[in-house]
Amino acid sequence: MSTDLVNPMTTSIQRVRLVSWKAPIGYAVIAALSLLLFVGLASDGVATFVLTEADAAIQLAPVDVGARAFGTIVAVLLVLLTGVAFVLATRRRPVPVWLTLVFGLLFVVGFLTWAAGAATQTNTLQVAGLLAGTFGVAVPLIYGSLAGVIGERAGVVNIAIEGQLLFGAFGAALVATMTGSPWAGLVAAAVAGVLVAFVLAAFSIRYFVDQIITGVVLNLLVAGLTSFFYSALMTGNPDQFNDPRLAQFSRFPIPGLSEIPLLGPMFFEQTLIGYLAIVAVLVTWFALYRTKWGLRLRSVGEHPTAADTVGINVNRTRFWNVALGGAIAGIGGASYTIGTGVAFGENMTGGAGYIALAAVIFGQWDPLKAALAALLFGFTSNLGSQLSLIGSPVPSVFMLMLPYVVTVLAVAGLVGRSRPPAADGQPYIKS
Amino acid sequence: MSAVPPVIDAGQPSRMNAALQRILNGNWLVGIVAVVLSILVGSVLIAVTDSGVQAAAGYFFARPLDTIAAIWESIAGAYAAFFRGGIFDYRAATFAEGIESFAESLHRSTPLIIAALGIGLTFRAGLFNIGGRGQILFGAAFGGWIAFGTDLPYVIHPIVAVLVGAVAGAFLGAVAGALKAFTGAHEVIVTIMLNFIALNLLVWALNPGGPLRGQGSSPLTPPPPESSLFPFLFPGYSVTAGFLLAIALTAGVWWLLERSSLGFKLRAVGENPAAARTAGIDTKAITIIAMALSGALVGIAGVELALGETRRPFGSSIDNGVGFEAITVALLGRSRAWGMLAAGILFGIFRAGAVQMRIAGYSDDIVTVVQALIVLFLAAPPLIRELWGVRPDGRRKAAKA
Repeated sequence: MSTDLVNPMTTSIQRVRLVSWKAPIGYAVIAALSLLLFVGLASDGVATFVLTEADAAIQLAPVDVGARAFGTIVAVLLVLLTGVAFVLATRRRPVPVWLTLVFGLLFVVGFLTWAAGAATQTNTLQVAGLLAGTFGVAVPLIYGSLAGVIGERAGVVNIAIEGQLLFGAFGAALVATMTGSPWAGLVAAAVAGVLVAFVLAAFSIRYFVDQIITGVVLNLLVAGLTSFFYSALMTGNPDQFNDPRLAQFSRFPIPGLSEIPLLGPMFFEQTLIGYLAIVAVLVTWFALYRTKWGLRLRSVGEHPTAADTVGINVNRTRFWNVALGGAIAGIGGASYTIGTGVAFGENMTGGAGYIALAAVIFGQWDPLKAALAALLFGFTSNLGSQLSLIGSPVPSVFMLMLPYVVTVLAVAGLVGRSRPPAADGQPYIKS
Repeated sequence: MSAVPPVIDAGQPSRMNAALQRILNGNWLVGIVAVVLSILVGSVLIAVTDSGVQAAAGYFFARPLDTIAAIWESIAGAYAAFFRGGIFDYRAATFAEGIESFAESLHRSTPLIIAALGIGLTFRAGLFNIGGRGQILFGAAFGGWIAFGTDLPYVIHPIVAVLVGAVAGAFLGAVAGALKAFTGAHEVIVTIMLNFIALNLLVWALNPGGPLRGQGSSPLTPPPPESSLFPFLFPGYSVTAGFLLAIALTAGVWWLLERSSLGFKLRAVGENPAAARTAGIDTKAITIIAMALSGALVGIAGVELALGETRRPFGSSIDNGVGFEAITVALLGRSRAWGMLAAGILFGIFRAGAVQMRIAGYSDDIVTVVQALIVLFLAAPPLIRELWGVRPDGRRKAAKA
């Protein structure tokens, strides 16, 4: 991993050792945890999963499972999969991705069963509502993580995602209320995000100021500016400046698709901003790996000197891609105000930009994986509030903490492989 | 940012080190220009959002002097309130009452100075502790736990709280340092994430039935007993013994950085990790020590916020933005111990003045804007030169026209 870059002599030895044991040990820890929770601390309750909402056209019967019996089955399966991982490791084979996905899904189902079975208020978990809410929470995270991926792939670290989201939310609320048009608000959100990105790009690319310092200070600046305008302009005249209810995007369910159980309410009953997020992820993914733009973007982030040699203007490429990221993050911020009809509030993004940054790293700087990470983080935070609602034994803050813990483990190399673009964070100074 | 390749093992000093060194070595003139420019921008913001100015601007072409008078009134009013709150209240009956404002500024600067000392220490070692918020929360939580959880005599009680808070903060810092040293995890990412982990842990501890939850219906701690509070220095003034502690810590950090052998190693690692390692300095150990020391100082700032500044039951917003503001103080003070003391007092004046501005009907958030702008301008001396008409490469802009 890291030492590969520094010392080529140890590459082969290191790679064999690292590929072999990290996954099985991770599996073993989770399997041990599930044995403890799902079997050791299981309740005798029956967990009920409600799979469809009351007004859905296709109704699925609620699923009842005995918490202890089902939990034991899941735990045993997890232990078996851990065994498979260890066998693969001793044969020096990498653990396939699908195995990890199956393992993770099993653990989540087992965890939900355990948590619902042991809950004090009700043992019924509204799975449909849980999934439907997940995407809503994840939308700004997805936009933010796309902005992060584009910036970092071009070699500029974007700590200012938080500021871009916040300024986007502010700009959208302000302009949409003043013009009465959500479309104007959406454009304003993108412009607001670009403004923050321009400052970041100008300082880090033109003046070679450290990108992390710039990002941190920009977040402070945007928080101060928006709070200032909020109290100086908006609180006195909410009808005139801060009432996005009249100019919000409404939800439009896609006929047919929105009736699919579980997935329908999750993906196909969104506002325009929600659908746009899915499109943006797919387009970014395609463009990053299949177009000239993507190749140039990645080249200035991986090896700027080489890119320069073949005639790519490194700093101009970086500048405009950071700006593009700002526009995307700004639109993500719009989902807070004109996406839901909620008035702008001071610091209303509440650290979502940092979760988006976490999603970038956990998603290994790939738009698709980062979006999936954002969905996962949206799911855990939504699950946290659901679990506290049904009186589950797990305090919701531990669910809210999960993205951060996972990210610490990821950057420490314990979960997955996190290798940033080679020139990430380093300004390019043409000699 | 390289999340994995350990900078301390890289062949050459990282770019961040170079950027930090430049910020640290810039001259004082740039600092003064940065402050003046930021206050100018703040004035513009105050003027354009003032309702009197907006009303007068409506008939600007009929009576332009009205607009100018309204602009002057709004800006002068805001800064007069700021001056009354942060430096000297000229409306007070006696000098002793008027100077209470400056005492309040010193009081408000205390946590900023202590936290900035911690963050500046990591800058000197080429690291970036951005986990001030989490370390303050940890320090406040554990210091507070000593305050209302134990029964100790006066003087001893706050000292024990400070020590425990320092250990708690040091633990959080050391986690980031150890992950950096042994796995190469970038300390910026780790400390950001630890901020939120600490915040959620504190929220959990303040939930009903949590270990820090007080009696009331809101998520606050129990009230800290009188014996645990930092004593006031003078009757009638808000400044506490915490300010003396801040000065003592400033002297300590100065000695550590500029005179001790550990400080020499810290600076050596900060300026050129590869050379330091070649010279036989254990860069991994230094990384962990620097982050732990930094966390300890920031943790003490957390205890001061709880037992010196707040003095009442506190919740999870006890950090009050100090964790991030301390970064700006450390940058403004150029990571020199006495420079950070001065910068901390300046920002303490900002914090105290902001309160009076809010009372006088102005938005105090403008102070945050001005603070952030100061650091932005400060971080880019070429920008200031360019605003003066000199291009970053040294040529005059006028030649272009």
